[in-house]
Amino acid sequence: MVSFLSNHLLILVMLLNFALLSTGRLSLAVRLATAQGVLLGLLPGILHPLNWHLMVITAGIILVKGVIIPWLLFSAIRAAEIKRETEPFLGFGATLVIGAAVTALAFLYVPRLPLLAAHQGHLFVPASIATLLTGFLLLTTRRKAISQVLGYLILENGIFIFGLLLAEAMPLMVEAGVLLDLLAGTFVMGIVIGHISREFSSLDTSRLSALREK
Amino acid sequence: MIDTLIHILLLLIMPPLLLGVINRVKAVFAGRCGPPLLQPYFELWRLLRKGSVFSSSTSWVFRAGPLVSLAATLTAALMIPFGGHGSPISFAGDLLLFAYLFALARFFTTVAALDTGSSFEGMGAAREVTFGCLAEPVLFIVLVALARESGFLSLTGALTYASGGMWPSGAAPLMLMAVALFILFLVENCRIPFDDPTTHLELTMIHEVMVLDHSGPAFGAILYAASLKLFVLGALVLHVALPFGAMQGWLGWISFIASMVLLAILTGVVESVMARLKLLKIPQVLLMALSLAAFALLLTVR
Amino acid sequence: MMFLLLILPLLGAVAAWMIRSEQQRPLLLPLLAVPHFGLSLVFALQADNRISNNWIDLDPLGAIVLLTVSLLFLFCAFYAVGYLRRDRPDRSNRVLVPALLLCLSAMTLVCFSRHLGLLWVSVAATTLTMAPLIYFNRNARSIEATWKYLMIGSVGIALALLGVYFLAYATLVAGVDATLHLDELLAIAPALDKGWLKAAFIFLLTGFGAKLGLAPLHTWKPDAYGEAPGLVGALLAGGLTSCGFLALLRVYQVMLAAGGDDGFYRQPLLVMGLFSMALAAAFLVRQADFKRLLAYSSVEHVGILALALGIGKGALIGMLLHLMGNGLLKGVLFLSSGNLHRAFASKSTLGMRGALRLLPWSGGLFLAGFLAVSAFPPSLIFQSEFIIAVNAFRQEHWLVGGLFLALLAIIFLGMAPTVLGMVLGTPPASLPDSGFRDRYQNVLPPACLLLAVLLLGSWMPGPLFDLLRQGAALLGGGP
Repeated sequence: MVSFLSNHLLILVMLLNFALLSTGRLSLAVRLATAQGVLLGLLPGILHPLNWHLMVITAGIILVKGVIIPWLLFSAIRAAEIKRETEPFLGFGATLVIGAAVTALAFLYVPRLPLLAAHQGHLFVPASIATLLTGFLLLTTRRKAISQVLGYLILENGIFIFGLLLAEAMPLMVEAGVLLDLLAGTFVMGIVIGHISREFSSLDTSRLSALREK
Repeated sequence: MIDTLIHILLLLIMPPLLLGVINRVKAVFAGRCGPPLLQPYFELWRLLRKGSVFSSSTSWVFRAGPLVSLAATLTAALMIPFGGHGSPISFAGDLLLFAYLFALARFFTTVAALDTGSSFEGMGAAREVTFGCLAEPVLFIVLVALARESGFLSLTGALTYASGGMWPSGAAPLMLMAVALFILFLVENCRIPFDDPTTHLELTMIHEVMVLDHSGPAFGAILYAASLKLFVLGALVLHVALPFGAMQGWLGWISFIASMVLLAILTGVVESVMARLKLLKIPQVLLMALSLAAFALLLTVR
Repeated sequence: MMFLLLILPLLGAVAAWMIRSEQQRPLLLPLLAVPHFGLSLVFALQADNRISNNWIDLDPLGAIVLLTVSLLFLFCAFYAVGYLRRDRPDRSNRVLVPALLLCLSAMTLVCFSRHLGLLWVSVAATTLTMAPLIYFNRNARSIEATWKYLMIGSVGIALALLGVYFLAYATLVAGVDATLHLDELLAIAPALDKGWLKAAFIFLLTGFGAKLGLAPLHTWKPDAYGEAPGLVGALLAGGLTSCGFLALLRVYQVMLAAGGDDGFYRQPLLVMGLFSMALAAAFLVRQADFKRLLAYSSVEHVGILALALGIGKGALIGMLLHLMGNGLLKGVLFLSSGNLHRAFASKSTLGMRGALRLLPWSGGLFLAGFLAVSAFPPSLIFQSEFIIAVNAFRQEHWLVGGLFLALLAIIFLGMAPTVLGMVLGTPPASLPDSGFRDRYQNVLPPACLLLAVLLLGSWMPGPLFDLLRQGAALLGGGP
């Protein structure tokens, strides 16, 4: 039952990857990333017996990924008055196809990994790799600064999925630290986004090209 | 024997009813009374009584188009199970034939459109095959995934297993396939948001523009084949989405008919609440359906 | 007691945020840096190779980095007072001062971490706290540099986290209780699964390599170093790279303890090290911006560090010397180049002449720093590079040793005309008077740092040498 639930949650997570790759509306993309973060926040509660450590982490993840980060990103979107990702470096269709292909590769590659027997039937590792690569894809193919921050968040989500396999090794303090780092990172990026939009009247990071070797 | 008879009766009689249901739902949403439920039957009857006009610039291809596509669709309809009951024709590998019968129908419809020499119809044909290129892989991938999971190479085996044995362990791939197939169902049957079946003279539509020059009984055959296609693909969606395989006897038939009507209502609702997509957006949605299907295949292969 | 060292800068950061006066706030920096250095010295002298069960403890490697960072920060703090109060009264330092102190706290935590998870968190914290500092000048160019730094740094550090997870998974596969505590990891390292270990190393090298600015992950470095104030550049090039390198040393310790085939971690280090040096050599020649010049010099020096780590054994003591020398000399170079930048109001090397005549002290320090970083004796860098080269040949890495020496020569020849052109000659007549003069406040800190490097190069105190030897022993170093 546990593996049934967690596998289906992970499938949903991967579907959200596809949706993120195919949408150009920034507010929708932020909502999708929020949904993904909250789904991932629920996963530790499904995998492990209930205790206070778990509750703190679950509450922390949902608070950070489900409330604070979306709020930061939405206020950045409002401040910059932009709605969509126009003209990404690679079209939405192409990124979607690449995203599906890397997901397939993740699935094909994972059986070769020396996983523990207990982790073999689960989707954790393929979902982790697929989400990580989706984040990379978003980071590299999108122009808008907010999309790139979303890519970073998705990449981090992918790493988080792998971290679920080793909850015992990660003490509360470290998990809290990782979460805090994510929050602080997004916060700083949010501020920088505000300055970019004021300085360049745009969030197009391809305009950031003054610094180069002459 | 009885089941085979019911199967044939159903596929002969029921398809136009679905069109009637869809139109009625759309009318209700728009606040109109709408045509009677049986209106498509009246129209078929009217068209069959009319004479035909064939342009002197067309060849036999133009006349063959509607008949071949009707025949192909009818054959396909004989190969798909209804309500968990096995289909009249069933052999190993028939799912390939099933997919190619639709391709044959598409080929003859487009060739007949090209045969008129009208640039207008040529444009429709071009669009039809462009989207067909993206839609057909969805069907193939879903069929391969079903065959892989069930171990059967026949539609009856694969679909009855899918809707019986795969629940609940394989719920996720089934759900993905159902969504992908529903998108395919809307595309292939030219429903909103991909195509608008009610417009004839707008530059935006696809299927209707190809059949502008057909008249009388030939046009009736096209209308009937279109409703049959809706019926067959709808049955495919339902068999993936619902556990018919677990039902026996009359229960299977009754629930099948009821869910078919429900599917028509759902289609009507989708058509009422959505706007037509921009033509350039359609490939993107099809790619999404394709990724869903591929993802489902991946989950079954794993 | 050790917590005091971490909490002190944190409290300072809070205090700095509360202080309203722009003139008084910078005074907090030396006020905290002095006790920080004193305490660091006390702890460093107590550090040894004992096994610890605590999460926070100082071993010789941590002690060396801590001393370097703390000493660098001390002089940067004194420099900052004059810089912020006198030269940049136009900019609010309400973000800069707390961020500097937060960064000091995070760098201290990196040195003390005995748990890889904690180590990761602290390295990530150093990355983030530096971002507002790079943006101090608040113009389009500095925001571009900040954005590149943030994205590459964050993604790199995220990959390092994946590497840390892989390491933990290797312990799971080995059938022991999953752990990330360094001493426990070292104890069970031989049993770890080799496949996961290799995967972990790749990701950790990529992640911390991006942090260090090892080529080809160096692209943010010239931009960030070029746009940040000299003070921040000094801390980036001397402090953050040292901390990032310490993180890499921890990974190396685990790989070393795991035993078996050592090629999979030595070869990437050698290749990345040599590639960084080669790339720096290519961009140093005729570099038109002297801050970018220093950035590429930093790429070169982290390359040397990685190279020495890849060679291992006897080269390790040279590597630790290089770590200290590079950290302190980057302070000399960036602080004195900051003075030149203010006096000439330009970072371009093309129109710049006669720095020695215009600012005899700053120009002289810049020249002396350049000579010291190019391994002129009695600089510490001379000793370190000499030891590295000798050991490369002693271990029959003929190609590596040969390339190392050749690249050093090319880099020196590439940099020398630019630097000499800047400091020699007469200043352009058209140069408007910026009002900037050599003063004690802006010349003494880099001069002291230079003095420290020269002193250490000619006379190494006994306790420090013991630390270096013990540190090298932790990494499998020996004669």
